[in-house]
Amino acid sequence: MKGNTEIQKLRTEDLHLYYGDVHALKGINMDVHSRCITALIGPSGCGKSTFLKTLNRMNDTIPSVKITGKVILDGEDVYGKNVDVTVLRKKVGMVFQSPNPFPMSIYDNIAYGPRVHGQKRRHELDEIVERSLTSAAIWDEVKDRLKKPALGLSGGQQQRLCIARCLATQPEILLMDEPTSALDPISTSKIEELIYDLKKEYSIVIVTHNMQQAARVSDYTAFFLLGELIEYDTTNAIFSSPKVQQTENYITGRFG
Amino acid sequence: MMRRSYENDLNELHIEIIKMVSLIERAIEDSVRAFEQNDLALCEAIIDQDKTIDDLEKSIESKCLWLIAREQPVASDLKKITTGLKMITDMERIGDHAADIAALTLRLSVRNSFADSGHIPQMAEIAVSMVHDAVTSYINTDLELSKETRRRDDDVDEYFNVIKRELVSVFRSNEDAIDNAIDFLLIAKYLERIADHAVNICEWVEFSVTGKHKDAKVF
Repeated sequence: MKGNTEIQKLRTEDLHLYYGDVHALKGINMDVHSRCITALIGPSGCGKSTFLKTLNRMNDTIPSVKITGKVILDGEDVYGKNVDVTVLRKKVGMVFQSPNPFPMSIYDNIAYGPRVHGQKRRHELDEIVERSLTSAAIWDEVKDRLKKPALGLSGGQQQRLCIARCLATQPEILLMDEPTSALDPISTSKIEELIYDLKKEYSIVIVTHNMQQAARVSDYTAFFLLGELIEYDTTNAIFSSPKVQQTENYITGRFG
Repeated sequence: MMRRSYENDLNELHIEIIKMVSLIERAIEDSVRAFEQNDLALCEAIIDQDKTIDDLEKSIESKCLWLIAREQPVASDLKKITTGLKMITDMERIGDHAADIAALTLRLSVRNSFADSGHIPQMAEIAVSMVHDAVTSYINTDLELSKETRRRDDDVDEYFNVIKRELVSVFRSNEDAIDNAIDFLLIAKYLERIADHAVNICEWVEFSVTGKHKDAKVF
């Protein structure tokens, strides 16, 4: 499946990351296309999640981390001196492997981000909550229980709630770190359909261990191995005729 | 090395396809020989053997489908399995046509003495060599051989046209020979179809490597 547009949204230039002495990302140069889904695949420890987290500076909190190179979002280096990380993370939202709703009501989970960013008007918050939950394809399931605890939802619903929470701050990019690995097949297909719908408005980067998922949902696929970007191409090219033997070996299950 | 049973299944599939290609290669060689030597016992054997070829086709088809269902293959694995699935249809048709030629040879056991120009054996020789080389190009993944083999189809078509013209003149001049001449024409047509199926096999061999079928990128 080709992307709607081929406009570049985000670019990394010679991006290196070290955890202390461990060289975890080795000079990654990669474009993320606007309103496309980009899948990151590779065996455990290959650097794909680390790479994902560099895109909205989630690695900043780890003391031993050292990063060189650039992550350029809409022409601006996100590691630049004047970048407000809170604003960056509003623009580049993240969904994690296990659903992690806050221990508060469904409504408050969604309103949390907008409130942090200064939105206080009740009427507007109501609108944001409904719009976000609708976009995350969970509104109909929760509209009558918005004041109930979010932790009472099923795993699949919690994950869609977390996606809604992400959408509430109107991000431009969504980062997803194995968003369905803790979910059953039905919840997984709901999330996959949701991801597919969301790309009309958002640029999405998804880490997945599920090769079929990468092949199903993404427009572009990047294969990482031992901290290097081995191959990056359209998903159709990667899953039909990969150019590098290591990619072929990995996607056909011959090592990993 | 991971997925040992998957590797084993892929190997078994390959071996079974090779078994089927050797059977169809022998069937077509035998049917041409039986026709030329009027060997009726061989004709019966070829017709019996066709069931074995049909059974192998079903077994290979089933193996391919189960591999797809269980392993969800991609990239070169998927190309190989798809090639298997597509090739066996052509191979099964070649087997059928070998049996068809054998059945016609049985009917032809009482042959009228109209002049046989000897073009059918010449045409058969090329068709048999095309099947042989298509099969070899599959076994060795030899794209050069497969392309060269496809080019020989023009010679077979040319022979068919020559034989057709010869038989038309038999129809006109020798009424007693018409029955035999129709059978000769059918045999020539089967040989022409066999060469076409050999071409198809070559095209699938090329697909298995390039992902292109008849120059169009398919996968």
